[in-house]
Amino acid sequence: MTDVQLEQFRKDTRAWLEENCPASMRSTFTSEDEIVWGGKKAKFANPDSKLWLDRMAERGWTAPTWPKEYGGGGLSKEENLILQSELKRINARQPLYSFGLWMLGPVLLEYANEDQKKRHLPPVIRGEIRWCQGYSEPGAGSDLAGLQTKCEDKGDHWLINGQKIWTSYANYADWCFCLVRTDTSVKHEGISFILIDMTSPGVETRPIKLISGASPFCETFFTDVKVPKENMVGRLNGGWEIAKRLLQYERSNISGFGSGARTDVVDIAKQNVGLDEDGRLDDRDLRARIAEHKMFERAYALTAQRAAEEAKAGGNVSHITSMFKVAGATLNIERCELMVEAAGSRAFGWAGEGYSPDELAVTRGWLRSKGNSIEGGTTEVNLNVVAKRVLGLRDTQ
Amino acid sequence: MTFTLSEEQTLLKDSARDFCREQAPVTRFRKMRDDKKNGRDPELWAEMAAMGWAGILVPEDFGGAGLGYVGLGLVLEQAGRTLVASPLHSTALVGASALLLGGSDAQKQEWLPKIAAGEITVALAVDESAHHAPAKSKLKVAGGKISGAKKFVADGHIADLLLVVGGDGLYLVKADAPGVTKRELITVDSRGAADIDFDNAPTEKLNGGAKLVEQVLDRAAIGLAAEMLGQAQEAFEITNEYLKTRKQFGQYIGSFQALQHRAAKMFTEIELTRSCILAALDALDRNADDVSEYASLAKARASDMLHVVSNEFVQMHGGIGMTDAHDAGLYMKRARVAEALYGGATYHRDRYATLLGF
Ligand SMILES: Cc1cc2nc3c(=O)[nH]c(=O)nc-3n(C[C@H](O)[C@H](O)[C@H](O)COP(=O)(O)OP(=O)(O)OC[C@H]3O[C@@H](n4cnc5c(N)ncnc54)[C@H](O)[C@@H]3O)c2cc1C
Repeated sequence: MTDVQLEQFRKDTRAWLEENCPASMRSTFTSEDEIVWGGKKAKFANPDSKLWLDRMAERGWTAPTWPKEYGGGGLSKEENLILQSELKRINARQPLYSFGLWMLGPVLLEYANEDQKKRHLPPVIRGEIRWCQGYSEPGAGSDLAGLQTKCEDKGDHWLINGQKIWTSYANYADWCFCLVRTDTSVKHEGISFILIDMTSPGVETRPIKLISGASPFCETFFTDVKVPKENMVGRLNGGWEIAKRLLQYERSNISGFGSGARTDVVDIAKQNVGLDEDGRLDDRDLRARIAEHKMFERAYALTAQRAAEEAKAGGNVSHITSMFKVAGATLNIERCELMVEAAGSRAFGWAGEGYSPDELAVTRGWLRSKGNSIEGGTTEVNLNVVAKRVLGLRDTQ
Repeated sequence: MTFTLSEEQTLLKDSARDFCREQAPVTRFRKMRDDKKNGRDPELWAEMAAMGWAGILVPEDFGGAGLGYVGLGLVLEQAGRTLVASPLHSTALVGASALLLGGSDAQKQEWLPKIAAGEITVALAVDESAHHAPAKSKLKVAGGKISGAKKFVADGHIADLLLVVGGDGLYLVKADAPGVTKRELITVDSRGAADIDFDNAPTEKLNGGAKLVEQVLDRAAIGLAAEMLGQAQEAFEITNEYLKTRKQFGQYIGSFQALQHRAAKMFTEIELTRSCILAALDALDRNADDVSEYASLAKARASDMLHVVSNEFVQMHGGIGMTDAHDAGLYMKRARVAEALYGGATYHRDRYATLLGF
């Protein structure tokens, strides 16, 4: 595409966004309820957010680079960069948060057959179906390939029995992408990737409470659940490769997640620690550590930008998703710890009066952040991946 | 901002890499040290000048190549890889940029062609105590004469022209001018340095005042960070190779997770720091208004990162890493000096916080 065409694309995009992005969608979220996850049970706190989602989905711009034939935007990388920068320019909200967009879609595009793509991709793009991830089991976390959930061939359908844990948002999800065991005699080669309708008889979810309070995490039980034959993605016993690819997408997404708190650590520190006569934070040690953190944050952002440019130039950067996952999780956890320290006793509230919503968000955000180094593969496991896949170090024999 | 190198820059980088590997490997540094040259290798500097490196920043009108800071940064990085002892940083970067930013036409005319040709070397005299504190200068200047004492001037023992930092600006002093006394220091990194006293020495002031001082110090910090990145990259690659070849307990030591995780973390730190340094060099070429922020970011992170990587270089090599015959020690000694020069991590964190307004 020529520069002239790209410039025209920018002009058109800007004009379209000007006309179609509601004013109330041009600001950062103030509370988690405003985030749109889509699905059949979706609730829209603000009617504008429904409008915004529908308009973006109509153009395929919830999945800008996916092919048009499945409802995607069909944009090139360059066009997508322009779209993203135009969205950023007006501080537009993401119209849709979705495991379907971030994780499932990309692997369906790569591994699914034509029928599966036609059936499952469009509703993801339009935010009509919400997906959850059935990977972890009580006995299979880091050692994911140790999973036991049984999937038997019953001729005209699959029969599934077993338990998943940590299925985020399973209680709101319409469908689940799931790893199941189809051969017990081998480990990695006995796993298949399957799509399960959460309304199927025999599926049950129970919420798990976290240290940060009520949570969207669930245990999911499958008892004699019948799944149609056509719901298996890829070949029988060929699920591990798909599972790993999906994890790459998951890791690159998690690493970009923010703290949830709206206030900046510097503002919190200024408010609660105060300034000395030279206008510096009145705690030199904390000030130095915040500065160090700010540098980490900047280095991370610059590196993400560099990786994006390298990817655009055709370089293969998929192998460093684990590096980003580790760094992103560390960064967020560190920020949350600093916020709690800077806020002092203002961070010790839990509920009720006496604490502002921002302060309570700092406290809850801090507790939630501990999951960043666990979800999507723990920091230890991701360091293993970097050591082996990137640095080429071997396993102990 | 862009992280994508131009064709010209890529060529420059590749030729620098080949040159340093072939003409200036660590063995050359080692020989220079063993011959007790204290950082002097004028033949090498002449070869580097012949490659055009002394004039990378200097515009073509003054006999240089005018290739910019990203280009020079890439060369400094390659030189860092093999611990090249040369006045590339002090002369081609600091000297050239100071004259370009603050020199009068006559001063540029006089010095820039000589810098570009590799005929003279320059050194930046900034610190007056054991720690970097440019704001606390006690330098006195009156009637074109300068007095004061500067400590640990990098390349000061070999420089022909001195750039002297005062609270209110930057001064040019010829190293052989009356009133200039140098004491050569034999240093841990084998690069040498000098304590220099000025007693009513004749001087010329450069234009730009305190702003120029800041600009020049920012450039010194960014350029040194680029050199440090190269050192760290090389140290890391050698270490990683050792992890793959050294066996203990019947295993490659690199298969032990305690070491794997430390290696993976070093890799991450190096990659994050690389982005900061490239961004800082790019900010210089764009003449961006937040260069100081980038300078402190790059230097602080490079200092912290190289500190860890150089220590692990020794530790992960075990006993052999403690021997003088191994290169690890050379990298660690150079690392400590580079970490502190033009401000260490603490100094730049403090400055960064101030620049960000807290
Ligand atoms: C907030 C949150 C959201 C999540 N969402 C989902 C979801 O939506 N869907 C889903 O399927 N799962 C989800 N998970 C599960 C998550 O992927 C697992 O918790 C994770 O993989 C770790 O497994 P585990 O909890 O069984 O810990 P374990 O595997 O038992 O690990 C315990 C400790 O041992 C360490 N360890 C284990 N093996 C190694 C090794 N080889 N080397 C070094 N250290 C090791 C780990 O790093 C950890 O510190 C979520 C988890 C959290 C906390």
